[in-house]
Amino acid sequence: MHKSWWKILSVVLLVYTFTAGLLGEVPKLPLLQETIRNLYFHVCMWFGMMILFTISVVQAIRYLRSFDLKYDIYSRQYAIVGIVFGLLGYITGGIWASFTWADQNKSIIGQFGSIARDPKLIGAAIALLIYFAYLILRDSVQDTDKKARVSAVYNIFAYTLLFPAIWIIPRILPSLHPGNPGAEGGNPAMEMDMKMRVIFYPAVIGWTLLGVWIATIKIRLALLKEKKWLS
Amino acid sequence: MVIMRNAFKKIAAALLLLFSPALLFAQNNTGMADTMRSNGRIYVVVAVMTTILLGLIFYVSRLDRKISKLEKETK
Repeated sequence: MHKSWWKILSVVLLVYTFTAGLLGEVPKLPLLQETIRNLYFHVCMWFGMMILFTISVVQAIRYLRSFDLKYDIYSRQYAIVGIVFGLLGYITGGIWASFTWADQNKSIIGQFGSIARDPKLIGAAIALLIYFAYLILRDSVQDTDKKARVSAVYNIFAYTLLFPAIWIIPRILPSLHPGNPGAEGGNPAMEMDMKMRVIFYPAVIGWTLLGVWIATIKIRLALLKEKKWLS
Repeated sequence: MVIMRNAFKKIAAALLLLFSPALLFAQNNTGMADTMRSNGRIYVVVAVMTTILLGLIFYVSRLDRKISKLEKETK
């Protein structure tokens, strides 16, 4: 095992997130109640996804500058871990929303249509679908160099589209999701008090480092496979 | 011999895990147990979630170690 300080830091921060995140004091908000603690988990998934996609696009650019296939492997593996984080963020958001946005007196299936059309959900779905297309595009090209080049260019395109899809458009349109005009109470991530901040920021770092750790394992495995294939 | 020892280790670990609830029950009247039953037993949730987290991290670090071994072999 490559012993590194950041892997230990990740474990320490995550244990801190799980204990302090569940036991720490939180503001008493109507409707949200204890679910505000999901901030340390659900929101961190999206932050982690964003950081992993950023690393991925940087590696794609490095590939285009050097045409070294190593960077192509880096770029792909960071992207795929980012997608996993995004999917987890989406699923956890779905669970959270079904208990805070939905009317508990009506069936959740009957309200699905009105909740699922929320701009934030559609934007996030578009962003994830664009990244699914990245994986499909990669696997549809046979030639290794061409595959690397096409997917690096597409990676930059996908990364640019993240911004309108999840940052800009959902903030312009009225949405139930916090951080938008029309949402009750504004964005808890922006207005949270110090007690939550001291857990939230370490949580983001911890989750992201865990993602990076998994990505490095996948990268080393891919490099090993490559070596075997070449010899 | 090494395989035998590894298998033994695995069986021992599995047995230890199997009996760990019994270990917890045995300490019914200690201070630890009182903490675990306070505040709507939220500490039980913390214990469960932390166990899952640590289990997953243990798994990832094992993968890491295995790949390190492979890397050494191919060098």
